[in-house]
Amino acid sequence: MRIADKGHIDRSRPVTFCFDGQSYQGFAGDTLASALLANGVNLIGRSFKYHRPRGVLTAGSEEPNALVTVGDDPNLRATTLEIYNGLDARSQNAWPSLKRDVMAVNDLISPFLGAGFYYKTFMWPKAFWETVYEPIIRRAAGLGALTGKANADDYEKAFAFCDVLVIGAGPAGLMAALTAAQAGADVILADENPTTGGRLLSEDEVIDGQPASDWAAEVTAKLTAMKNVRIMTRTTVTGAYDQGTYGALERVGQHMPPRADTPRECFWRIAAKHSILCAGALERPIAFPNNDRPGIMMASAVRSYLNRYGVAPGQSVAVFGNNDDAHRTARDLEAAGVNVTAVIDTRSNVDYDGNARSYSAGRIVATTGRHALESITIEHAGGTRTIRTDCLAMSGGWNPTVHLTCHMNGRPQWSENISSFVPTPDAVPGMVVAGACNGSFTTTACLTEGASVASALLGAEPAQVPDGDDTPYDITPFWAVEGKGRKWLDFQNDVHVKDIKLAAQENFRSVEHMKRYTTQGMATDQGKSSNVAALAILADATGRGIPETGTTTFRPPYVPVSIAAMGAGAQGHGFAPKRLTTSHAASVARNAPMIEAGLWYRPSYFPQPNEATWLDSCNREVAMVRNAVGVCDVTTLGKIDVQGPDAAAFLDFAYANTFSTLKVGKVRYGLMLREDGHVMDDGTTARLSETQFVMTTTTAAAGNVMKHLEFVRQALRPDLDVQVISVTEQWAQFAVAGPKSRDLLNTLLETPIDNETLPYMGCAEAVIGGIAGRIFRISFSGEHAYEVAVPARYGASLFNILNAQAEAMGGGPYGMEALNVLRIEKGFITHAEIHGRTTAFDIGMDRMIIRKKDCIGQTAAARPGLIDESREQLVGLMSVDPAEKLSGGGHIFEDGAEAISANDQGYVTSVCWSPSLNGHIGLGFLTGGRARHGEVVKMVDHVRGVTTRCTVCDPVMFDSEGGRLRG
Amino acid sequence: MVNLIAQTPCGDMLPREAGGLTLTEVVIARMWSVAPLKGQQKAVATALGIVLPKPNRTTSGAEMHALWGGPGVFYVRAPALPDLTGKAAVTDQSDAWAVVSVSGPVVVDVLARLVPVDLRQSTFKTGHTARTLVGHMTASVTRTGPDTIEIMVMRSMAGTLVHELTRAATLFAGR
Repeated sequence: MRIADKGHIDRSRPVTFCFDGQSYQGFAGDTLASALLANGVNLIGRSFKYHRPRGVLTAGSEEPNALVTVGDDPNLRATTLEIYNGLDARSQNAWPSLKRDVMAVNDLISPFLGAGFYYKTFMWPKAFWETVYEPIIRRAAGLGALTGKANADDYEKAFAFCDVLVIGAGPAGLMAALTAAQAGADVILADENPTTGGRLLSEDEVIDGQPASDWAAEVTAKLTAMKNVRIMTRTTVTGAYDQGTYGALERVGQHMPPRADTPRECFWRIAAKHSILCAGALERPIAFPNNDRPGIMMASAVRSYLNRYGVAPGQSVAVFGNNDDAHRTARDLEAAGVNVTAVIDTRSNVDYDGNARSYSAGRIVATTGRHALESITIEHAGGTRTIRTDCLAMSGGWNPTVHLTCHMNGRPQWSENISSFVPTPDAVPGMVVAGACNGSFTTTACLTEGASVASALLGAEPAQVPDGDDTPYDITPFWAVEGKGRKWLDFQNDVHVKDIKLAAQENFRSVEHMKRYTTQGMATDQGKSSNVAALAILADATGRGIPETGTTTFRPPYVPVSIAAMGAGAQGHGFAPKRLTTSHAASVARNAPMIEAGLWYRPSYFPQPNEATWLDSCNREVAMVRNAVGVCDVTTLGKIDVQGPDAAAFLDFAYANTFSTLKVGKVRYGLMLREDGHVMDDGTTARLSETQFVMTTTTAAAGNVMKHLEFVRQALRPDLDVQVISVTEQWAQFAVAGPKSRDLLNTLLETPIDNETLPYMGCAEAVIGGIAGRIFRISFSGEHAYEVAVPARYGASLFNILNAQAEAMGGGPYGMEALNVLRIEKGFITHAEIHGRTTAFDIGMDRMIIRKKDCIGQTAAARPGLIDESREQLVGLMSVDPAEKLSGGGHIFEDGAEAISANDQGYVTSVCWSPSLNGHIGLGFLTGGRARHGEVVKMVDHVRGVTTRCTVCDPVMFDSEGGRLRG
Repeated sequence: MVNLIAQTPCGDMLPREAGGLTLTEVVIARMWSVAPLKGQQKAVATALGIVLPKPNRTTSGAEMHALWGGPGVFYVRAPALPDLTGKAAVTDQSDAWAVVSVSGPVVVDVLARLVPVDLRQSTFKTGHTARTLVGHMTASVTRTGPDTIEIMVMRSMAGTLVHELTRAATLFAGR
């Protein structure tokens, strides 16, 4: 029911929206909750476990009950969801409809479903929990559901920086921000509401002779005009983290119809030198029988709906409380002409001073009404009475919003004055607290404290404090009404007083144990309304005081944060940058499917029109390299420039083998060990001058090797005068491999090469088309081959020229598949073999660890266990029947042995069809393998169901003499 | 004789406008990393004829521009370098980077979506530089003017950089 002339909604802008398929009208400025209440809709959701009908409890982000789904977003709080034309909200956890929910049968059997029910009932048989019980329970209970689809909406992440972050823009926050801003500090003022003012928007009170909300608007206007102030509305600060970093969730587009290129939400990381927490307080309910019916809500929420949204949440309202603040609700309602049926105060001798009948020492002992409250029964000093009412405003007092102060392990302190927890000073470095959040509950106290705290923080003049309401807050703690019936504490998780007592009785006496046993304080609201009352009940049940009982741990986030917001921009290809080679476009134009190698994209193979499968292309490309010439982009291999007078000594230390003896103009294969003696990476390193080398690494380990070398240089060998820098991106580098490789290159090089000028493992400067490049005579294919490098700007051009020349000579480009076959035939290792658990000994390279010098990993590699002859050693494998495949990851057993783990003798790391050897071949590790060449073993791949007999051989299966390399 | 044709890292992706920002490729003619050897920092500065920038700063000479690129490393743009043999490790980096100039009144707001360091004019002034991240990419970020920030990422990531900047600017404009 709307009240004329009340509220900050814009009545000139009607808004049409839908709830559960029914169309309603509200106004701009309404939340879904206020608009539904204005339309007389009380039933909004079903509870988690018992499917009890539930309505609106609060008017803020702490709402446990009124959760809805909009589009693909579940669990949005109707109390903070702003309505817009076309909003289509649906209720949750009800089937077939909100009014007739089949699972409400759970409520009838609730005596059997108390705390710990699952743990006790579904213990046997053990295997049934995951397969049977849990799926059934999960289907029966729950809140909103995910669609299972990828999120199609846009989200943002952003960073912000300030001197002072003010959290909450109520009276304390506004004064703190004003003081800090006037002192010249860079201020961010964040508030989760669409407008600043906090509680002032919901109260009917006066500041400096004008309506409090007008005062808030005036201060806000003043702040907006200041260049050093940034006001972030619709922004909830969700967490406090190390070094003054705060997480915050901004609702950017959630309050308007979805629009392309408008983010729904933005997740902020705000770095602040100081923060002032002015987060206010949350009102807590009182536990009494059936206190969860739609129409029973917080007294402060009733005032919010009345004063802020111009809505009376009922025709007649009763008020139930243990503090003076509750009376305010009755006064405001009466002033607005709403019928107040009763004011029930749990305290003795406290009378309400308005028109409604006042009941002191009152208790509500029963309520009726299934889908909406119909009546309440009051026990009071004068007897028992049942009155009809469709709304009940309750207040058990206020809990300061201490959450953020506890995010870095702080615990709040109990304050007898307000019967609640207040923040412990300095619980978060750099954070101070002011206002209701600090337990100062009058408006004047909030205004004063906001100004004084900011003033003390910055050593600045406080902003002038206006006159405000100073009515003191008086409370006598009251948690639960004694007597029959379920007295709900946690509305969201259906936890009632008896559950807490049961937990205590079953010895879950620690507050953390009680929480897990009962599910008190879990799910989307994290017990914001219910936690303090629940632990008061636990304290009582265990005979301890509340401070000794303590609180559960407050953890971020303060409100639910969608994963889409935290991962904004990282969906799909946003997950990682794409690294594209200079030949990428040309490879794609040749229809090469690209495969990912780390962040790089590399061509898999280059299909020809007559080729049906990748294997056809691969076989052709292998034959092309073996018989003519092939071209392959090898830019992705890491290239590191090592320079300085001590460059050679540095490499001797970083590599297992020696580089100081390498002559200028020569290239050497290098093996790098980790500190633990296992192989880290391999590659070739060329000596360009006495003081300059260029190292290559594998594609996969390029970043790691660079990082490792920097560590060695800076931390292990600061004595050496050497510099390292990546040149991977500077040079586009292409392998030109095959018997005709030199002929091809000599058509391009300004100074032709031959075996004398550039022998195997030589390197030289090369000039192509007037451009200075480099040429290395190295081979990963076993053929007479080169790698030629030019500055990357010429990469695309050189790739095309090389291919044109190669094609004229019966060759062409080859991809990763062919590259892999070529290297397996030659027994060259990749990270499939040096996978982190293999040593130089395992791969047959232990003699490369030169003892005459020290190197990383040398001592560790010599440990007896790492050079044991029975270790699994690198071998080649060839299938006995050329029709039978080998299988990567397959395990190796003796020919006659049963294929069980006790008989496991090794495994297969790399496999391929070898067109050169006309058979299926592979590389693998076999126990004592080097001494077993010629033996027939059995490879079993249990996953793919493949068993293949194969012959163990030397890993170098093709051209073992190496004659082709030397050309 | 073969003729090699040069291509810039961003090619025809740039220039472009997105959400009130102008993205322009900065074409680097020659750039080297200069890492002074032990005790040679002054000698290097003298030979180059400019002041070597302090961390997070840049310096300029007549035809030379030096950018701090990390501990002990400077990226120097110039038509040519004097002989620094024995003084510094000099490595050609002319082709290693994609360099994009991002310009417009909302440049700081848009980059706040991608760069985790404080780029506000008051703390990150013209000539200031930072080695940091742009989205998931390691980058060098330099303010070159009141409304202009220059970003260097690995050449191979040029496409991702242009995409990320475009997306961030578009979403910011969509607010």
